[in-house]
Amino acid sequence: MPQLDAKGRHMVAFTLNGRPATVEVETRTLLTDALRHGLGATGTHVGCEHGVCGACTISIDGVPARACLTLAVGIEGCAIRTVEGLAPEPGRLGILQAAFRRRHALQCGFCTAGILMSLDAYLARRPSPSRREITEVIGGHLCRCTGYAPIIEAALEAAAELRGEGPAPAPWENAHA
Amino acid sequence: MKPAPFGYVRAGSLDEALDALRQHGPEARIVAGGQSLMPMLNMRLTKPAMLVDVMRIAALQEPRLEKGALVVPAGVRQAILLERPRLADDLPLLAAALPWVGHLQTRARGTLCGSVAHADPSAEIPLCLVALEGEVRLRSRRKARRVAAEAFFTGMMVTEKADDEMIEAIAYPLRRRDTGYAFAEVGRRHGDFAIVACAAVVDGTRMRLAIGGVADRPTARDFPRLDGSALDDALNAFAWDLAAGDDLHATARYRRDLVRSLGRRVLEDAARVAKGETDREDPPCRS
Ligand SMILES: Cc1cc2nc3c(=O)[nH]c(=O)nc-3n(C[C@@H](O)[C@H](O)[C@H](O)COP(=O)(O)OP(=O)(O)OC[C@H]3O[C@@H](n4cnc5c(N)ncnc54)[C@H](O)[C@@H]3O)c2cc1C
Ligand code: FES
Ligand code: FES
Repeated sequence: MPQLDAKGRHMVAFTLNGRPATVEVETRTLLTDALRHGLGATGTHVGCEHGVCGACTISIDGVPARACLTLAVGIEGCAIRTVEGLAPEPGRLGILQAAFRRRHALQCGFCTAGILMSLDAYLARRPSPSRREITEVIGGHLCRCTGYAPIIEAALEAAAELRGEGPAPAPWENAHA
Repeated sequence: MKPAPFGYVRAGSLDEALDALRQHGPEARIVAGGQSLMPMLNMRLTKPAMLVDVMRIAALQEPRLEKGALVVPAGVRQAILLERPRLADDLPLLAAALPWVGHLQTRARGTLCGSVAHADPSAEIPLCLVALEGEVRLRSRRKARRVAAEAFFTGMMVTEKADDEMIEAIAYPLRRRDTGYAFAEVGRRHGDFAIVACAAVVDGTRMRLAIGGVADRPTARDFPRLDGSALDDALNAFAWDLAAGDDLHATARYRRDLVRSLGRRVLEDAARVAKGETDREDPPCRS
């Protein structure tokens, strides 16, 4: 039974976006801080530190989770995915990210990383979500800029594209239809 | 904010968890899904010296059917139970209430036993346990015991559980024949804690209504089959007996009003379901 003392520093090993990672933390270090300060992965944002805003949402073993409510020492051996893992290569956006950009689903971007991770995990399990389901997924996030509607459009559009149905044209693209 | 320092034990078995609880006594706290404990640690509302992580205990991961009840051990996360294929048939009340517990992202981590241990007076999972007359299975190095849900919750976030005990599992009695179940709540937004939550169980002779968010603990009352103004009177008496208080979210008067109106609605819904008519609500997203 691993027992870690309060004052020492401890190594935690896990996979981050598919690659092995280790980070040295205290028992009380939050996963948000382990990612941001320990590993320099600052894509995961921190808003409230009590689970309400959703900015810090990542995926742990395929399910969305609040990194601010997760102890870094608790993720030993887990598969962690963060927003840094969404793009296929530097300089290119993933399908969900591209849909967000097309649909103006972000303004300041503070909430975006968390919302993308919730949607990424959800769409992986439910490729054909209803608008109501997406609304419910987004319900676990606060966004002070967009009013949520474009986020929902972007998510539905990305889902269709991921199913191989191609992106729906943006409203201005079918103005003459 | 950040938590104060604590030691951390990742228990590999139930015995290891119970040993750690015995050794550290009131200084130790179990951490399960962390969805209630971590905010309290981050805000330094609590400063335990030792955390005992019970989520890697293999024996506590699987819900199981046992003599007319669904037994849900400490390691079962809310989202996992919600995805159980037969949940709506076996436990229609819990299936209706679980989607109201926080958000998809918190249900993916939070456990049912953790919610029962936390004993927030407006929490849905303890409310259903009380409505269905379920039980809490406690275990320490000294002994194992079973406590009826109604006796387990003793006040605002206070329970029967001793410092060296953990909730090994909770047990929900399965759906009974010719019985209807209904749940409804009012909150500021879906995913927020309920201002008032109501759970009803109705069969041919009895109406049982459990209320969360009003008294300092989930509270149930049994009525004979009533309707019309007799039911209004009974609900009014129940509403006053719950001794509602004013807070930031709602006044005592509004809470009493919800007990009368929402309480009546869930009882009527449950009565309809008991007669074989279907529920009027479309099911919310199952995840
Ligand atoms: C944004 C947000 C919204 C939420 N909304 C709701 C809501 O609407 N309704 C609701 O009911 N809840 C809500 N919650 C809380 C809910 O998500 C928690 O999952 C639940 O209250 C606690 O379960 P847990 O497994 O996370 O427990 P933890 O947070 O790990 O533990 C909670 C407490 O229980 C103790 N404990 C845990 N497991 C055991 C055990 N097996 N034996 C003994 N003690 C134990 C811990 O020591 C601690 O004191 C919300 C949380 C967040 C962050
Ligand atoms: S920072 Fe984690 S939910 Fe707000
Ligand atoms: S884009 Fe600014 S908070 Fe969502």
